[in-house]
Formats: sequence, C-alpha cells, structure tokens
Amino acid sequence: MMAMERPLTEHIHPGRAPLDIEQYERLGGYQALRKALTCLSPDDVLKEVTDSKLRGRGGAGFPTGQKWRFVPRGDATPKHKYLVVNADEMEPGTFKDRLLLEGNPHQVIEGVIVSAYAIGASRAYLFVRGEYHLATQRLEQAAAEATSRGYIGTTILGSPFSLELHVHGSAGRYICGEETALLTSLEGKRAIPRAKPPFPQASGLWGRPTVVNNVETLCNVPHIVNRGAAWFRGLSSGADAGTKIYGASGRVRRPGAWELPMGTPLRELLEDHAGGMREGYGLRALLPGGASTSFLTPAHLDVAMDFASVEQAGSRLGTGNMIVLDDRTCPVGMLANLEHFFAQESCGWCTPCRDGLPWVERILRAIERGEGRDDDLDILEMHTRFLGPGKTFCAHAPGAMAPLGSGLACFRDEFERHIRDRACPWSGR
Amino acid sequence: MTTIRVDGRDYQVAPDQNLLQACLAAGLDLPYFCWHPALGSVGACRQCAVKQFSGDDDRSGRLVMACMTPAADGARISIADAEAVAFRRSVIEWLMTNHPHDCPVCPEGGECHLQDMTHMSGHVYRRYRFNKRTHRNQDLGPFLTHEMNRCIACYRCVRFYRDYAGGRDLDVHATHNAVYFGRHTDGTLENEFSGNLAEVCPTGVFTDKTLSAVYVRKWDMEAAPSVCVHCALGCNTIANARAGELRRILNRYNGEVNRYFICDRGRFGHGFVNAASRLRDPLLAHGDSAQVSSAEAALDEFASALRRGEVIGIGSPRASLEANFALRELVGHERFHAGVSDREHRLLALALDILRAAPESIASLREVEACDATLVLGEDVCDTAPRLALALRQAARQKSIAAAAAQRVPAWDDAPVRELEHDNRSALIVATPLPTRLDDIATRSVRAAPDDIARLGFAVAHAIDAHAPAVANLCAEMQDAAARIAQQLTGAARPLIVSGVALGSEALLRALAAVVRALRASGREARIVLALPECNSLGLTLMRGAPLGAALDALCARRARAVVVLENDLFRRADPARVAAALAGAQHVIALDHTLHETVRHARIVLPAASFAESDGTLVNNEGRAQRFFQLILPQDEVTESWRWLDRAAAAASGGAPRWRTLDDVIAALGGAMPELAPIVQAAPGARFRIVNLPVRSAPHRYSGRTALNADRSVHEPITQRNPDAPFSNSMEGYYGPMPGALYPFYRAPAWNSVQALNKFQQEVGGPLVGGDPGVRLIVPHRGASVGAGSGVGATGVTGSRPGEHGGRSNTQPLAAVQNGSRVASEPVGGERGTDPSGCAQDTEASGATGHPAAIPLAFARRDGEWLVIARYPIFGAEELSARAPVMASRIENARVALGAEDAERLGVRAQEYVELEHEGRRHRLEVEIAPQLVCGLAVVTAGLPGLAWMPLPAWMTIRRARDAQAPR
Repeated sequence: MMAMERPLTEHIHPGRAPLDIEQYERLGGYQALRKALTCLSPDDVLKEVTDSKLRGRGGAGFPTGQKWRFVPRGDATPKHKYLVVNADEMEPGTFKDRLLLEGNPHQVIEGVIVSAYAIGASRAYLFVRGEYHLATQRLEQAAAEATSRGYIGTTILGSPFSLELHVHGSAGRYICGEETALLTSLEGKRAIPRAKPPFPQASGLWGRPTVVNNVETLCNVPHIVNRGAAWFRGLSSGADAGTKIYGASGRVRRPGAWELPMGTPLRELLEDHAGGMREGYGLRALLPGGASTSFLTPAHLDVAMDFASVEQAGSRLGTGNMIVLDDRTCPVGMLANLEHFFAQESCGWCTPCRDGLPWVERILRAIERGEGRDDDLDILEMHTRFLGPGKTFCAHAPGAMAPLGSGLACFRDEFERHIRDRACPWSGR
Repeated sequence: MTTIRVDGRDYQVAPDQNLLQACLAAGLDLPYFCWHPALGSVGACRQCAVKQFSGDDDRSGRLVMACMTPAADGARISIADAEAVAFRRSVIEWLMTNHPHDCPVCPEGGECHLQDMTHMSGHVYRRYRFNKRTHRNQDLGPFLTHEMNRCIACYRCVRFYRDYAGGRDLDVHATHNAVYFGRHTDGTLENEFSGNLAEVCPTGVFTDKTLSAVYVRKWDMEAAPSVCVHCALGCNTIANARAGELRRILNRYNGEVNRYFICDRGRFGHGFVNAASRLRDPLLAHGDSAQVSSAEAALDEFASALRRGEVIGIGSPRASLEANFALRELVGHERFHAGVSDREHRLLALALDILRAAPESIASLREVEACDATLVLGEDVCDTAPRLALALRQAARQKSIAAAAAQRVPAWDDAPVRELEHDNRSALIVATPLPTRLDDIATRSVRAAPDDIARLGFAVAHAIDAHAPAVANLCAEMQDAAARIAQQLTGAARPLIVSGVALGSEALLRALAAVVRALRASGREARIVLALPECNSLGLTLMRGAPLGAALDALCARRARAVVVLENDLFRRADPARVAAALAGAQHVIALDHTLHETVRHARIVLPAASFAESDGTLVNNEGRAQRFFQLILPQDEVTESWRWLDRAAAAASGGAPRWRTLDDVIAALGGAMPELAPIVQAAPGARFRIVNLPVRSAPHRYSGRTALNADRSVHEPITQRNPDAPFSNSMEGYYGPMPGALYPFYRAPAWNSVQALNKFQQEVGGPLVGGDPGVRLIVPHRGASVGAGSGVGATGVTGSRPGEHGGRSNTQPLAAVQNGSRVASEPVGGERGTDPSGCAQDTEASGATGHPAAIPLAFARRDGEWLVIARYPIFGAEELSARAPVMASRIENARVALGAEDAERLGVRAQEYVELEHEGRRHRLEVEIAPQLVCGLAVVTAGLPGLAWMPLPAWMTIRRARDAQAPR
C-alpha cells in the first residue's frame, strides 16, 4: 500500500490556529482557483469532478458531478444561481465537517468558489450550524481575507466570473440539514422541507437554480482540480473514490475522526484507529454513519465502509461517523434517547413524523421504565413500516426508524425482557 | 379527458389534476385534510395515501399521496388496497393522539370534516395511552373562537390566512407536535377574510363565535340559499336558522362569483336581522309619536294617500328588483326615483353605459382570478368590494403559475408555485389616494388625487393606442409610469382594469373606458370590473328611476303630496336638512323597511318589511348577474315582503284584489314591463319547481325537535307553513340531491357532513356546480354580434331588449358614445351645483383631430385654505346594514379625516386631535389621522360610518383645527 494521502486534513492540526491566507497560499492554496478561472471552463471543472467519481459526503452519496449537471445552463436561465454549502452538521455523533471548517476554512472557501464557478453560481451561502461559533468566526475571517485578495467579488482574477459569498448561521434545527428545509430556512421561513420534484437545481433558493453540497464534498473539489480525477480515484482501492473522514464515538479507547481511503474496513476503523473498546466494555452494535443509520453488529466488522458495501450489510454509510453501543448500556434506553431527539427535531409538517415519533419515544421510555405492554412492540413495528421512505414528507422519520427497525431486530430479547420483567435489566448496574 | 383506473375501474377525469381531485371528481370517497380545492396540495397530512401500480404486471405497487401525484393518463391506483387502508387508518390514529375527542361539546360536531374522515378511515379504538399535549387558547376577537387542543395541524388555516388572503397576524409557532396556530399574542384577527377559517379548518379550532352565542347543530338548522346584501359583488351565501331566528351565514359556492370564500362583513354582518332596531309592526304617526297599528289600519291610511294621488316613490339599491318594481308599478314609472345620491345616480348610469358598451369584457370574480395584469384606477376595493380584492390577490399569482407550468410544475402543487412568486409576480398597479391592503402584492403603487389617477389612466390609454387623446401637461413621472403600465397591459394575455364609484369621480370611469378601448383598438381583449356600492345598485340603475334630487325638489315644491320610501334611509343619501325639509313638505311619508332609521322616524306610515332572510327576491350584482335569494324564515308578526305590502296597498287603493299571488307573478310582470330584465326568471327555478314531484328540503333529514320546539305552546306536530314563493319544503322533508345550482340550501352527502361535501355537487373540483352556477347575466353581447378586435365598436346590447325602449334611449351604445355622450348625465344637479370638483376639461385637440373625444380632467391643483375632501368607506361600518350587527361594534373604527403630514402641520394638528370641516355652512368635527402618502391638498373622510352625518363628497371644504382639539366630544 502506498503512503496514505490525506488531502483534506493534511494541514489541519487540532489545537493550533488554522492557516491564514498567506500560509494557505504558500502551501499551494488557491492554485485550484487560479487554474480553474484562468485555464478551465466551467464545463472542464464539471467534467473533472464528474470523472473523479466524487460522491456527496453529507450522507446520501449522490454523485456530485451529476448533481451539478442538473443545473440549467445558458442565457435563458435565471440571472442568479446559488451554491449553498450545507455546514449544518447536527447528526448526532458526527463532527467531521467541524474539523474541516475550524481546521482549514480557506480550503472550504476555495472549494466553494471553484464549485460556484463550475455551476455558474453568482452567490454562495455557507449555512453553518448555529452552535459552530468558532467555525463561523473562522469562515468569516477566511472569507474576508479571500475577498481582500480578490478571490471573492466581481470579475475574479480578471475573469468574467463574479461571486458574492455569505456566511449564514443557522437558528438551530436538525431539519435544516435536509437540503430543501435548509433552503426554506435560508429564505427566512420555517424550516420545512419541500417536496421533490422540483429539485433545487431547477427551483431552489427563492425559486432559482441552486446546488446544495456538503462541506466535506466541496473540500475535495480544489484537490480534484489541482491533481486530476485519476489521482482522486486512485486514493481509494474500493468502489468509491477519494478519502473519507471517518469517526467514532462511544466507549472506544480513542474516539475521534480520521481521514482514510474510502472503503476502509470497519474493523480497521474500530480496532486500529479508535483503539478498540475500552477496558471492561464489549462491542454490542454500532450505527455506522450517524443516528439515522441502521445498527450493524460485530458480525459486520469486515464490511468495507463505502456506500455500496454498507448498504449491502443492511445499513447506510451516512456520514461515516459511527456511534458505538457497548454491552453495558441498555439498548432500549439508547433508542429512547435517539427517538427523543428525532421527535424533538420533527418540523411538525407531516402527520406520521409529527405525531408518530412522540408516540414511539413514549413507548420506548415506558418499556425502559418497565411499563411496557405486550402490544407495544407491534405498535413500534407498525411505526417502522409506516414512517418509512415515501410515506412521510421527507427523510427525517425514515432516518429515525433506521435505528429503531434494526434495533427491534437486534435487541428483540432485551425488549421482551423489559416487558416481561417489568424492569430494565441494566438499571442499577 | 384523462383515463385513470381505480380499483380496476376506469374513470374519465379532467386533465392536469392530481389523483385526489380526480378521485373526488369521479365521486369516490378518499379522505384528506391539508388539501383544499382553492389552496392546492402540500402533502402535509398524508391522509390521502393510495397504492399506485406502474402497470398490469406490478402487483406490489407503492403508497403515494394522491394529492401530490399527477393523475396521468393510464394511472392505475387502488384506494381499497390493504396497506393503503391501514396507512390511512394510522394517520387518523396519529392525529387522534392529541385530539381531545370533545365532539359532544364542540361546535364543529355534526359538520366536522375530522369526524367524517375518521369514520371514513375506519379508526375506532385508541391505542395511545399517554398524556395529550395541551395548548392555551387565544381571544381572537368577536368573530372566531380558538380551541387549539382540537388542532390536527393540517396547516390549512395559515395557508389560507397568509398565503391566500395576505394576512400577517396568524402564523404557526413552535415545532414537532407542539405546533401552535395562532397570533403572536391575543388579539382580534386583522384580516377581513378571517371568518373563512371556520370553514377552512377541518375541525373545531376556529369556529364561528357568533353562532356559538346562539348555538345549534348544523343538522338542526333550516337553511336557504341566499345572496349577500352587504356589497355589490353578490357573493352567494347559505343562511341558517333555528326557531325562526337567523343564526349564521356560510359561504355558498358559485363557481363564477365567490367560489369558496366570503368576507367577514358578509359572514358576520347579518346581526341586523335580529337586532333590536328591527321593525316588526306597522306604525302610524300621531303627532310626534308613532304607535303600533294593525296592518289593515296602516294599509287603509296608505290607500287613502294613494287615492289622493300625486304620490312619488323612492326606490332602494338594497331592496330587491321585485320590491323596486312593485313601487314603480304603484307610483308609475315617471314618478319612480332611484334612492341614491344624485352624484351616485350619475356615476351608476355611466358605469352601466360602460358595461353595456363592452359586455364581453365584464369579468366575473373567477375570471378576475385568471387575469395576469391588473390596473386599479382609484377604487380601494379592499373596502368597497372585499371579495374582489381577494380575487385580485389570486390574479397576482398568474405569472408564477405560468412559470411553474414552464417547469412542468402543476398549478395545484402549491409550495413550488409560490416559491416562484419571488421572481414572477403578475403586474398589479394600484393607483389610489391612500395606501390599500393590496399594496403588499402590487408591482406599482401610485398615490395621487382622483383626477390625477384618471389622467394616468388616460395616459395609459394613449400609450397603448396613439389615437387615444394625449394628456396635456402630464409630469414626466406619470408619463413614465403610464408607458410602463401600458407595456404591462399590452404584454399580458388577460389584462384587467378595475375602478369604481367610491371616489365620486366620473373621470375615473371614463379613464377606465379609455384604457379598455385602447386595448381593444390594439387588438387585445381587456377585462373590466367596476366596484359598485350596494347589493342591488346595478339592478336599480337598470330600472332607470329619476334622480333623488328631483324627488326632494318635488316634495319641497309641493308638486307631490306623498312619498313612498322603499327600504331606504334618505338621510344617508342627501343633505339631511334638505331631506328633512322635503319630508316635512309631504302630506304623507310612507316608509317600508325592516330596520328603524331616521327616515322611518320621519314617516307617517311605517310598514315592517321583510329582510333578506324573510323574503325572496332578485339582486343584480356589479357584473350584471341577476341572482335569487330565498326566504329562510317565515315572516313573523306583521313583517311582510315589501312587494306584497305595495301590492296590497295598490289593491286597497283600487278596491280590487292584489295583482300578484307569488313572486313568480311579480317576476313575470317585471319582465313584461322591462324586457331587459326579463331574463331574471332564469336566475332560479320558480315556486312550482319540483324534482321527482318534491320540493327541495329546507333542512337536513336529521332535523330534530320540531314538536319540542313549540312544546310550551302545543305538544302537537305543527303544520308546516310553506313559503308560496319558492320551491322549498320549509321542512326536513322533500328532495335533496343534485339540483339547479341556485337551489342548494346546504351541502351534505352520505359520509360527508361538513362543508367539504360540496365536492359531491361540483361537475369537477373547483368547477361549476352540478346543475350550473347560479345567476343569469343581464348584460351580454348580442347573439351573433362580431366583436372584432380593433373595431372599437362592438355591436352590443342587452338580452331581451328592444331598440327604442326606455324613454327612446337605445340599448346599443358604442363605447365612443359613452365617452362623449354622457355630458347629459354629468350636468351638475340641484344643490351640488357649483361644488362639483370634477369639472372636466374637454381636450379639444384630441376630440377634434382623432375622433376619440375624451373628458380628461385637469391635473389636481391644491387650493389655499381649502381641501378637496374625498370619501373612504371602511369595510366595517360604512355599509348601513352590517354596521347594525352588534358583533361589528368593536370592528368599526372611529370616524376620522386623513390628512397629509404637511397639511396637518399647516393646520397645527396632530394625530387623534380634532379638526372641523366646513362646507356650505355645515360643520363636521372629526378626529385626525395622519396619512403620510396622501397628496397635499386632499383630505379623506371615513364616510358612511354610524353617527356620521352625510357629506356631499367629494367637495372642497375648509378645514381648521377644532377648538378643544384634543378632546373627543
């Protein structure tokens, strides 16, 4: 195996201040911007990104080039198009974007400008999670520096390309991470998702063509422009190209985040990078890509962490930031906590999500307290079916059902024991 | 047509619908909440889930929301599919986790869409065992009760109130299952369409507070199709009663007029019917006091006055055609006077001429909603024709609907269409003296004096058609505006011009005619709407009474001995001193009305007339649509329809028998005497109409307690008294089902008890009623007439009319004749002579050279020490009858005069201080309101409010700071 490349995090050193614009440029920063604006057409950039097989890092894994290609082009299209950066990282157990935002804000800004150039966006919004004060501050600083260098503004680097860039702090709802709810929120309205079609590329922010990309996705773009699609594809040996920032939380020895080749096996992540379980704790199960993915069990440790493999194992890669459940924590309690989060964060728009999730949460709490009833599992099971994809307005409730559905299968005995014994086996431990 | 297959059966449905609409139109039952025919689809409630199959081979299918799925040709769906049924049942189960199940004490019970849909979905037993969330309710003012615990969060209320009606003070707060639909704090809902929430809300969150005060279940109320009497638009209503008492007004669907919504004045203004000011017995004046008399004695006295002769009649724009006709027959058509101010009389005549000159251009409210560029000239329709303002709000969306269509987003897909409003708003130019509640969606607001607005209109006409006369000395700003507006109108597929008579300006009406004419000359078909003052203003105008001033003069000069005043308070129509003098000059003043007012107090003989709720009759709305309203409650005491009183009086005078037995007889006589009104017979079926030999049921079949109601008097089954004038049973027995559109007394179908049952009586969702939309247009193009674009002279006329009728005046009147031919009508009359501010300057160059003469006014010029005082008619209070509804008291604003900031400063007054307006020696003390946008030299009075004396508006008046300016008197 070649020496591992870490293009995204190479210059990130937690605990130290991020690179300022001079340091960033000295290390090759904004070269991709120069190259794109002076040597490449927007179509060239689009082609390179398409060829790189970059897939969205927000969780859904949609091919980035393909997403961009849906943006209408030509003179007959609306005057303003938008690139919106989804930096509303609120998935429980996920903190990869924070690393990028705080650790190397210029890399984010450069990714935004180059990507905006590719899709012909005249305005870019960075929609940052409300609690990410430091990230917001650093992004604003970086944007100001880039503006003073002429990388943001009108006729950038003498090209006809102009870009306005705004850093926008979220008011703090999980649903804002859903791209259409994010757009609605950005317009100053309640964060309620939109039905698709129409897709944001056709009718997004204020009804105009819009692309919403995740932070990590865009951070890859300057590197792809600089070093080419083939290089990017070569970063991983698996089906998906590039690197991925994986992470782990829970009772592991070294919780954290690591940039690794896409498709790194779960076992390597857990045992080599996270250092295995803490002393006295065994691995019970894990959510591989955030709270809205299905449980994997120790039987799945050899699964490669790429989109297709994790899906084949019955879950989703999601954000690639896993939450580890140990054998000394009540799984029903964990699910109750998770469903509390999802119930709280429901936007209240569609009935199954708004009124179903609180019911689920209350049943789980009741079971955990030893107040479960025989038909509770049937009701939970009904919810896992009827809060599934296509039945609710957006993916929020289906995401909430992913851990519940798999949890009911993985921990059936524990559920039944709670109900039968009228007590939580873990309580008092 | 599109064919869809539902559960193995093919249905033909209209194209471009969603599956929910298609299923409902096909007569299938599919439950829903968040979808509303006028609000479109948003996919929130998930109640209308069906199983869709991709083809014959697809056995598994997938659940889709019918409201969000296009009904594509060949679509295969199942409503009965087990998973779809189970899912829909679950949706109700979720909604019920927080619903309080308080149906027995809920005013919505029995007409609750949630009850119907729960039953339809099959959810029965509660499995949810945890606490329900509870909310605090708000005091939302006099119209609506708020009970948030019943809320199922369908979002219809905010979508109607904010998105559809433009309200700002109702919103959704909080998130997840704590979402709260209310105001940011307690307080009266400001939007004038708030009452529709009672019908839009599928359950009992927003309910009619005025009904709750006298509560009865829907199934226990009699019902009658009615027509709103509170403005000229003629919105169709359902009137409900119990025990002989009017209890509430609901919207009644007319696909061409009000469709799903009415305004709060129409919904809550009915309180005058039950008010203490109602007249219930004949009164005879003895000296200074009036005493209750028998009907016979009153009629005897009336008859002897008639026998002495020299009797004149004054009709009313708020009385039916039939009542006015009966008066006209009684006194003779040459002695029949229109009961409106002389200025209004002239304006209405001009308005009628304009409508007649372009009958194919008259827009119904449905057509207004489809117009894609609108110019409003002068009239604040939000106050004078509220439902029209709501229609204009929808017209403003046309461009976004078209933009959505270009993206293949159907019009019913509400959220993405509204998203496109940001860049795609239809042109709406609001040119008014004061800001209006439409300004928020206007693409251009122009604040100017009435004459200057008229000049803008003429300038627009000139910019469209160079042959139209140019406006002399127009400022550059107006010139630019006119050019841009002309561009927008000519660029539109369906341009609309709106004006009215509230500002008292003939120039505005002529400007409207000029724009329409110019558009036509340039090959474009324009639409017009004229806002008129009262529910039968146009009907009265069609009857061609003489001006009121002539009647008053005749009385003062003793040329008439007696006057019969029909449903009219003359003190609201002319100078009170002049009216008092005229009435004092008459030997007999006979007043017929349902409500006590100043004119009644001056009458020697008072006959208690039936209100709209106790009578049947025909009203002609502002588009010339004759519509029938039907009796809801049998007249009690001595209350009788005006036409019957008048007919009985005529009989008593002649010693013969009454001429007319039923309303149908009156209508026949009316059609014979005035052929242009003859088509009103088609407005609704007559009294002898039957379906399967049955009259139409007047109450739901579950109506209860008809014996118990009278048990204090008799325990016997009462004999049903039938109304002889209408085809209704006056009971729970009779026919109910598909019927002529004018007759639906309520909406109900098996499993559909709420107003949503309307779906079952429409030809398609949002389309005409089964049986046709009610009403008949009286002003229509000649059959076979070619209305060539650019000809400018459409061969037009009036149905059933014969040339040369009516005083030798031709019915066929080209538009050009309207413009120069109305000098006769605009001659100042009587006491208003010399004070007429709209003195028109004839543009001689234009009229000579181009052959398109026009009366273009001079630019408004302020005067030293004098203000041109014009009128504003607030939606609540300015209309005579609704102002008497007790519930309106807190909604009626103080009488005020609006002044520009500079003028106020010049007068040394601040807001809420008092000024005195003086005109011809008469003084009016009024509170000051500062209107920053009002042009210097203008003042606007809130006219028509209770207690405010009549003023000859518009007029030049002096204004000075009142002594004791800070104290209300």
